[in-house]
Parts: sequence; C-alpha cells; structure tokens
Amino acid sequence: MLRIFYTSGLTLMIVAGLAAQPAFAETPNQILSSIQSEAKTVPGFQGFSAERGAIFFKTQHGKEFSCTSCHTENTAAQGKHASTGKAILPLAPSANAERFSDPAKVEKWFKRNCNDVVGRVCAAQEKGDVLTYLLTVKK
Amino acid sequence: MLIHYQNLFHAIAVAVFAMGMAMPAAQAAEQRGKPLQPAQINAKWKQECSSCHIAYAPGLLPAESWRKVMGGLDNHFGTDASLATEESTEITRFLVSNASNRWSTSTAPLRITEGAWFKREHSGRETPPAVWKNPLVKSPSNCQACHTRAEFGDFSESNIKVPE
Ligand code: HEC
Ligand code: HEC
Ligand code: HEC
Repeated sequence: MLRIFYTSGLTLMIVAGLAAQPAFAETPNQILSSIQSEAKTVPGFQGFSAERGAIFFKTQHGKEFSCTSCHTENTAAQGKHASTGKAILPLAPSANAERFSDPAKVEKWFKRNCNDVVGRVCAAQEKGDVLTYLLTVKK
Repeated sequence: MLIHYQNLFHAIAVAVFAMGMAMPAAQAAEQRGKPLQPAQINAKWKQECSSCHIAYAPGLLPAESWRKVMGGLDNHFGTDASLATEESTEITRFLVSNASNRWSTSTAPLRITEGAWFKREHSGRETPPAVWKNPLVKSPSNCQACHTRAEFGDFSESNIKVPE
C-alpha cells in the first residue's frame, strides 16, 4: 500500500516537473530543421550557409539598425538594446541554453526584428542562414 | 524712479510665479494611480512588456492610453513589438483594469513621460535639464536609471538615486 503511495507520488512529481517546462521545448537543431522544411518549398533551395548568415547578421539592410546593433558582433556575449539601453542576454545557443528552444518565441522575434532591420519579414532561407551561423558561434 | 523699477520687478516675479502655479484644469487632472501596481501581476504582461524596457506599471497611464498603446504594437515608438491576438487581449485586460484610478480627464497620452504628473514630479531641483542628457540616463523613459526599484512598480522617494 505504502509502495503504491510512493510510486504514484513520484509519478505525480515527474508529471508536475514536465508540466513546468515551456509548452513546446525544442532544440535549436529541431527548430533549424523546421525552418528547412519551409525553405525547401522554395524552388532552387540549396541548403543553408553560416557564411551568408554572418553577412546577413552583420550588415545593414537600408535601415538604421543591423542585427548587431542590439545583439553585438559577438553573439556569445551580452547585448544591449540600441534604443532603450536594456541588457539582452547572449543570442548564440552555445552561450545561452534558452535560445532557440521555444518555436513561438523564435518566430515572434524574427518577425519583429526583421521588420525593424530589413523592413519586411525574413525569408526561411535568411532565418536558416542566421541560425546556422549562430550555431557555429563558440562560447 | 527706483521704487518704480522695484514695483515692476515685483509684478514680474508675481506673474512668473502665478504662471508656474496655474495649471490648466486638464493637466491637474492627469494623475497617476494609487497604487501604481497591483499586488497580483499578470505573468504574460511581465514577460512580454519587459523585454525591451522595464514593464511600466499599469497605474502610470489611464485606461484609454493603454488601449492606444496596445492597439499599435506593430509600430510601437518606431519598433515592431507585435503580439499574437490572445496575448494582446490578456495583457490589455490587465493594463486597463489596473490603469490610473485618479486620471479625471479624457486626455490619453501615448507616453508616460508626456503626462502632466510626470512633468510636475520631474521639474524639481533634483532633476535639472542636464540630468536627462547624462548617458547613464539616456532618456526620461529609462525610469530605472534613477528609480532603482522601478521594475517592481516602486517609485518611492527612498528608492531614488539620480546618477551623477
Ligand atoms: C533593436 C534591437 C534589436 C535588433 C536590431 C535585433 N534584435 Fe533580436 N532581439 C532583441 C530583443 C530585445 C530580443 C528579446 C530579448 C531576449 O529574449 O533576451 C531579441 C530576440 C531575438 C531572437 C529570439 C531568440 C530566442 O530564441 O530567444 C532572435 C532569433 C533574434 N532576436 C534575431 C535577430 C535578428 C536575426 C536580427 C537582425 C535581423 C535581430 N535580432 C535584430 C533586440 C533586437
Ligand atoms: C520590441 C521592443 C519593445 C517591446 C517588446 C515593448 N516595447 Fe514599449 N517601447 C519600446 C521602445 C523602443 C520605446 C521608446 C523608448 C524611448 O523613447 O526611450 C518604448 C516605449 C514604451 C512606452 C512609453 C514610455 C515613455 O516614454 O513614457 C510605453 C508606455 C510602452 N513602451 C509600453 C509597452 C508595453 C505595454 C509593452 C508590452 C505589450 C511594451 N511596451 C513592449 C520597445 C518595446
Ligand atoms: C533622471 C532621473 C529620473 C528618471 C529617469 C525618472 N525619474 Fe521619477 N523621479 C526622479 C526624482 C529625483 C524624483 C523626486 C522628485 C522630488 O521629490 O522632487 C522622482 C519622482 C517620481 C515619482 C513620485 C515619487 C513619489 O513617491 O513622490 C514618480 C511616480 C516617478 N518619479 C515616476 C517615474 C517614471 C514612471 C519614470 C520613467 C518613465 C521616471 N520617474 C523617470 C528622478 C527620475
């Protein structure tokens, strides 16, 4: 009897522990592969490039800010919001385990930041290139 | 002649003083709420509205201002801060139901820093014009540069430290 009590208690604890995780926790690679499925629907897709991602990330696209204006050149280090000055935790997954683990959050910020920096939403190709680049950044 | 000048000076001084005191009715009615922040805060508001700046306490603005702010998040002071509809609805409800309860006029500024009470509180000796140009302050919107507990909705005098 006592044993059943214990085991069910344990199960409850495990279930509660799981429930405390973000709703759809994923790894950066899982997120990359869903971006890839989207990119593949565009004819002529030839894979992602970290080099292209780095250039996209570091250059301006006709507007005031580039991605580095807030996330800095070194994405393994802390960034700073270019207009408000608020600190931003590192963007590279190697330096911040929470990055690219919540697909909804990733989509939300790609939309916002691409609108601010490029003046439109980013294509799957661009997002995949950027994430491929960020995955090469070492701590 | 001398007396004449003195009188003139006096008159000017009185006029300047009166101008400073007389506040258009609408401005006197722009009062921040009490309390500024309820004990029970909404987790989504805290998370979503604190990623680019501190989450500004709901009592800092009237309900109509919050409706306007929340209605224009895709172009929010020059940046895209858009949210999914259900997130936006939940946050708007929290802000509107805890908005300033002492704002007795129909004015609804988009910025806290445009409100009459804000200007009144920040025109004293402790905040001379030069203070706003200090790089450690950057902008009046950076409440936490001086109010060390601003992110908890605490603006009490005991927690103010203006950077030198
Ligand atoms: C004006 C400042 C600013 C600029 C410019 C900017 N970002 Fe961001 N970015 C932020 C802030 C603020 C966050 C969210 C804060 C946080 O999560 O720490 C964020 C978060 C993100 C995230 C979410 C990652 C995650 O999983 O947590 C991604 C992806 C991202 N940015 C990519 C970009 C890209 C790509 C660019 C250039 C096109 C860019 N950002 C430009 C401020 C900026
Ligand atoms: C993507 C970044 C971002 C997010 C997310 C964001 N804001 Fe802002 N907000 C800004 C910027 C930039 C300013 C202008 C700051 C300045 O002028 O110094 C601002 C200013 C404000 C102001 C005016 C402050 C003043 O000067 O009096 C209010 C009010 C405000 N935000 C409310 C909100 C609310 C409510 C949310 C959550 C729904 C939110 N913000 C989320 C970037 C953001
Ligand atoms: C440059 C520093 C500075 C900044 C930035 C600043 N304040 Fe203040 N604030 C002060 C000082 C100093 C006082 C006290 C004024 C006095 O008592 O004469 C004050 C007073 C106040 C009070 C009244 C406190 C009380 O209990 O009487 C409130 C509320 C307040 N500030 C809110 C804000 C908000 C909200 C922001 C950001 C939108 C902000 N402040 C930005 C310096 C600052």
